Amino acid sequence: MDQFTLNLIFVGASFALYIGIAIWARAGSTSEFYAAGRGVHPVTNGMATAADWMSAASFISMAGLIAFTGYDNSTYLMGWTGGYVLLALLLAPYLRKFGKFTVPEFIGDRFYSPTARLVAVISLLVASLTYVIGQMTGVGVAFGRFLEVDNTTGLLIGAVVVFAYAVFGGMKGVTYTQVAQYCVLIAAYTIPAVFISLQLTGNPIPALGLFADTGSGEPLLQTLDQIVTDLGFKAYTEHHGDTFNMLLFTLSLMIGTAGLPHVIMRFFTVPKVSDARWSAGWTLVFIALLYLTAPAVGAMARLNITQQFWPQGTNAEAVSVETIESDPAYDWMATWQQTGLLGWEDKNGDGRIQYYNDAAPEMQERAAAAGWQGNELVNFNNDILVLANPEIANLPGWVIGLVAAGGLAAALSTAAGLLLAISSAVSHDLVKGRIAPNISEKGELLSARIAMAAAIAVATYLGINPPGFAAQTVALAFGLAAASIFPALMMGIFSKRVNNTGAVAGMLVGLGVTVVYIFLHKGWFFVPGTNSFDDADPLLFTVKSTSFGAVGALLNFATAIMVSRATQEPPQEIQDLVESVRIPRGAGAATAGH
Amino acid sequence: MSDHTTHPPTTMTKDDKAYWSANVRIITICLVIWATVSFGFGIILRPLISWIGVGGTDLGFWFAQQGSILVFLALIFFYAWRMNRLDRQYGVEEE
Repeated sequence: MDQFTLNLIFVGASFALYIGIAIWARAGSTSEFYAAGRGVHPVTNGMATAADWMSAASFISMAGLIAFTGYDNSTYLMGWTGGYVLLALLLAPYLRKFGKFTVPEFIGDRFYSPTARLVAVISLLVASLTYVIGQMTGVGVAFGRFLEVDNTTGLLIGAVVVFAYAVFGGMKGVTYTQVAQYCVLIAAYTIPAVFISLQLTGNPIPALGLFADTGSGEPLLQTLDQIVTDLGFKAYTEHHGDTFNMLLFTLSLMIGTAGLPHVIMRFFTVPKVSDARWSAGWTLVFIALLYLTAPAVGAMARLNITQQFWPQGTNAEAVSVETIESDPAYDWMATWQQTGLLGWEDKNGDGRIQYYNDAAPEMQERAAAAGWQGNELVNFNNDILVLANPEIANLPGWVIGLVAAGGLAAALSTAAGLLLAISSAVSHDLVKGRIAPNISEKGELLSARIAMAAAIAVATYLGINPPGFAAQTVALAFGLAAASIFPALMMGIFSKRVNNTGAVAGMLVGLGVTVVYIFLHKGWFFVPGTNSFDDADPLLFTVKSTSFGAVGALLNFATAIMVSRATQEPPQEIQDLVESVRIPRGAGAATAGH
Repeated sequence: MSDHTTHPPTTMTKDDKAYWSANVRIITICLVIWATVSFGFGIILRPLISWIGVGGTDLGFWFAQQGSILVFLALIFFYAWRMNRLDRQYGVEEE
């Protein structure tokens, strides 16, 4: 059976499973649509939240970014897990006690202001939509590969599938489907990593294999450092970038994680306040299974790829074009070339493909002596690394099919969760909460589905020319959530003094400044070519647009506190509300509307 | 399903205030550890602990790629366990 058929079987079977579950658990009432009743156990909820949270960015993109940068991109690992500590300690239990369905509802009630609720809805929409763009980028890569079409066609097909599947059910359908998706995606991520770790180090646990010795008796990371520096690249384990930017970026991802509406929504659905605390822990357990494996996947893939291009060692001859074309071990290069995300070119016509860093001075000397005319691996999109990894390591066909299914599961589950957050913000907070308070339940569900369709159309359009790799686009979304939503939620719980004017001013400043900073660097509305600055040489010091969320959050806190000091303190009933949110006693079920 | 959208206007008792400040204290301690392992050991303090080797590299690299995640997990479970005990101690747990 050829690989294409195998992929189809794996992807098809997993999809049949998700859609089957979605139909079986279709949402009937609005309460089920948003919060799945209340009968979700913390472990189940944790697993579903993990699937919801780990997206194309974590599954498809992150290990690739780590592989080609090394230590400096540990920021993704720390940032995307560290946020759960903030979520568990600062937000989840109190929002559960508050007992409403959506983040804007809390902000609107706590800051006794429909304007605050509206600003929260806008922040949520901006962050979630940016996030969906990142997902669509990943969906394009995955579909492009497994259907063997170019990236854009893959993206369009993916968009149709995501839509068809997200409109089926609300949270209830999505919760149980996401449990299935978690199982598929974690198996798909770990199984190839175990194989590769065994091949390279003999250790079946990839997280440990990363620090183990290779067959030659030398530690894997030392071998990797040696081999990449031989080719003029920066040492894998060393710190090269700007430390200040690294700190800010990590902080942005952490705060953003705790401010993402589709993740926070999850903690409204557990039965009790104490369950909200445990749920955050279980979620991180399931996330950590992938995140502890990811750095091993990155390092091992980098080693495998480099060794494939220099089969006799970095001081001998590079791999020949003939080998690439005839040796089955190099078949992955031909299949990935079709997606347009991988490219090589024998520039000097010596019949070999030299892969090295042509910007490094010492390599330019060697190149001049050997007659090389630049790096001949002209295009290697970081986002293909995880999906191509099992092929590069020559793993059996079923593993490759499984990885394709896993990558799609990751992208789909998050896209569905985000679309749910977007649709509930529009239908529940915007339409019912502001435009038409007397809308029927049916009308509310309909507006939710229309919002989903609009969101996916915009995301697909922008996903064709994404502002970065999947994980980088997603990082921008986190920055936006960090700058707008997290500070308002935290101050709403931990301060009785921050009032309506302060919160609105804070959110507007945080979101506004961050959006402008991102657009200045990534193009207005992410349209390529309309940017005035570049992340290589950013406007402020060394602060890249992906790291600006932490600055935006700081501005939000500062503005809210200063404006609140200058204006009247919140009325007594709001101060009582804050006090009641702080005490678990008397938490009821989550309720819709007013 | 009972409806608790209207929060009963509870004035905070002395005990409730003590409960809250105990909670804030636990949060602060946890967040200090949170920042130390990630921003500290993983990034800024990495050179200071680089003399401790871990499988071909140093301890700071391990903290940045795996160690901090393990500590985060321990922190969340510790907090959940500690707070559930604190809830009972102050009698503020849910029925």
